[in-house]
Amino acid sequence: MEFYEIIISILGSTIRLSIPLLFTALAGLFTERAGVFDIGLEGKMLAAAFASACVAYLTGNAWLGLLGGIAVSILFSLIHGFASITNRGNQIVSGVALNFVAAGLTVVLGQAWFGQGGRTPQISGEARFSPITLPFADAMRDVPFIGPLYANVISGNNILTYLAFLAVPITWWVLFRTRFGLRLRAVGENPGAVDTAGISVTWLRYRAVIVAGFLCGFSGAYLSIAQSAAFIKDMSAGKGYIALAALIFAKWKPVPVMFACLLFGFLDAFANFMQGKAVPGIGEVPVQIFQALPYILTCILLAGFIGVARPPKAGGVPYTKER
Amino acid sequence: MSTASVPLPNWITYGLMPLLNLLVAFFISGLVVWWIGEDPIAALKLLIEGSLGRGDAIGFTLFYATSFIFTGLSVAVAFHAGLFNIGSEGQAYLGGLGAALVALALDHYVPWYVTMPFAVIGAALFGAAWAFIPAWLQAKRGSHIVITTIMFNFIGAALMVYLLVNVLIVPGKMAPETRTFLPGGQLPKLDWLMAWFGLKLGPAPFNVSFLIALVMAFLVWVLIWRTKLGYEMRTLGISPSAAVYAGIPYGRTVIIAMLISGGLAGMMALNPVMGASARLQVEFVGGAGFVGIAVSLMGRSHPLGIVLAALLFGILYQGGADLSFEMPNITREMIVVIQGLVILFAGALEYMFRPAMVHLYQRLRRA
Repeated sequence: MEFYEIIISILGSTIRLSIPLLFTALAGLFTERAGVFDIGLEGKMLAAAFASACVAYLTGNAWLGLLGGIAVSILFSLIHGFASITNRGNQIVSGVALNFVAAGLTVVLGQAWFGQGGRTPQISGEARFSPITLPFADAMRDVPFIGPLYANVISGNNILTYLAFLAVPITWWVLFRTRFGLRLRAVGENPGAVDTAGISVTWLRYRAVIVAGFLCGFSGAYLSIAQSAAFIKDMSAGKGYIALAALIFAKWKPVPVMFACLLFGFLDAFANFMQGKAVPGIGEVPVQIFQALPYILTCILLAGFIGVARPPKAGGVPYTKER
Repeated sequence: MSTASVPLPNWITYGLMPLLNLLVAFFISGLVVWWIGEDPIAALKLLIEGSLGRGDAIGFTLFYATSFIFTGLSVAVAFHAGLFNIGSEGQAYLGGLGAALVALALDHYVPWYVTMPFAVIGAALFGAAWAFIPAWLQAKRGSHIVITTIMFNFIGAALMVYLLVNVLIVPGKMAPETRTFLPGGQLPKLDWLMAWFGLKLGPAPFNVSFLIALVMAFLVWVLIWRTKLGYEMRTLGISPSAAVYAGIPYGRTVIIAMLISGGLAGMMALNPVMGASARLQVEFVGGAGFVGIAVSLMGRSHPLGIVLAALLFGILYQGGADLSFEMPNITREMIVVIQGLVILFAGALEYMFRPAMVHLYQRLRRA
């Protein structure tokens, strides 16, 4: 039974660790499918985490905090759009720049406003998204096998967790069942054709980056006011890049994105669990292997050794209307 | 009418527009300083005094600049071949391993000037090796080099932490670092050079790797503009299809360009590892690889521009550190903001003022 409890605890933290990845990877899905590379996911997430924590602290309301995070994240998206869509600048350079601006500005402003070395003050109560206990979770707890799974993995998460899993079918529906989604995918493959049909490539791509900003707002808010109770300097800690890796690993498809994020979240949870423990027959496995594994897997995939990862054709190429 | 195809004279494209972009970046940085309730002009004064006001301040400025010259050149070489190497950070980290292994092996037996050439080669080899897999994946399997180099930064960081914590650590010590190199494994300071100008270096770790960086800048200039390989790389950078049509082998050129780029990034490690701390430490690169992107963009991928841009970032790093002591409200991260704004305006938004410039230029010519 102890073994089962360990599995339950690892699964629980898998869910918690994969939520920020999931929001962010879905954000990347929208922009990359529209032909705009977005290295700046990391920065958007960090800026949103900071904004959410500030607004939630000042207003005492988690939902307003979330809105603040979304607003700042969309602002970053619009700058990315202005640079890479309107000015046809290099999309990667723009993303790298925004990551730096976010990493620096959150600490500079945090220190100037709160004077705690870049942290925001602790928030609690209504200002945070607290775990929700689903109906019957306590009653079910003693049911063998299903009980702990329901009570500790499915129940007891905050509202953003459920929204993240809800975002997956919605993303699929928007991308593959609506006119907007069809056009968005077309603009990532062949913007010339979309333009010929009389649809604005610029406006479509702007809408894609705005959606990405919206979703990164959720992942940022999750980090600072759901998972933690304050903004901490550099709290995104490369999760934006892991999300990017998950997006590639899932070959730019929504449902596989979810599984890739769960897999990378699981690796993270497993690494935490394995820290300092010895595997029988092998000895202690270095925790760094698990940390590097998402990146190694993605590189192997990119090399074409596990199927083919084919990115959207027009990705990274600014669209020039006139010749 | 579109302005994209109207030609502008070089002094506007390479002189005025970068300057204008830089000014906008600094102006916005000033706004941030003003926003958090400090005086931007006073901050600028402190920054310049803190980076150029004393002998040791200049020493620190040049020490930082040395690292940025290496990483700037690294990014620029790849850029000329049309490749965006975001992996200079990881390549420099691995380069540190190469330099440290040479220093650890030789410092007991030979003086520093014998160790140095081997350390340069070791650092360059390890940096190049870390660039090789992404290069090979780009050349032969078509994987996007930006993504793979990002991944390799993280894999490199994990590998180095593992090695330092489990293998290279001094037994019985807590800190994850190698033993301190003897003088035979250290690069001496350049206090004599500072003395020429009547300056005292003090504790600043300004060392011989600065001279290596300048030599490398010259060699990169020769490579890019005076050799067949450089010509092939530039052709590939401007138009891969034209390059292939002209018989330039795509895969080979990509791999060689990335090996040189990784080698230059790796050499950056000489400066902090052998020139300053005399041991290999965790995270000694400290973002210099990413600064290289800003330096290369600002310097328009030309070695002379890169040396100047590296000096500017050296001033920002040293002056910013000093500034954060004087004005505790402005933390060191302000440098990161400025860096991001420079990359944004000098890189991604480099053509923002072009339409306005074209209109102005045409009106001036008519008048």
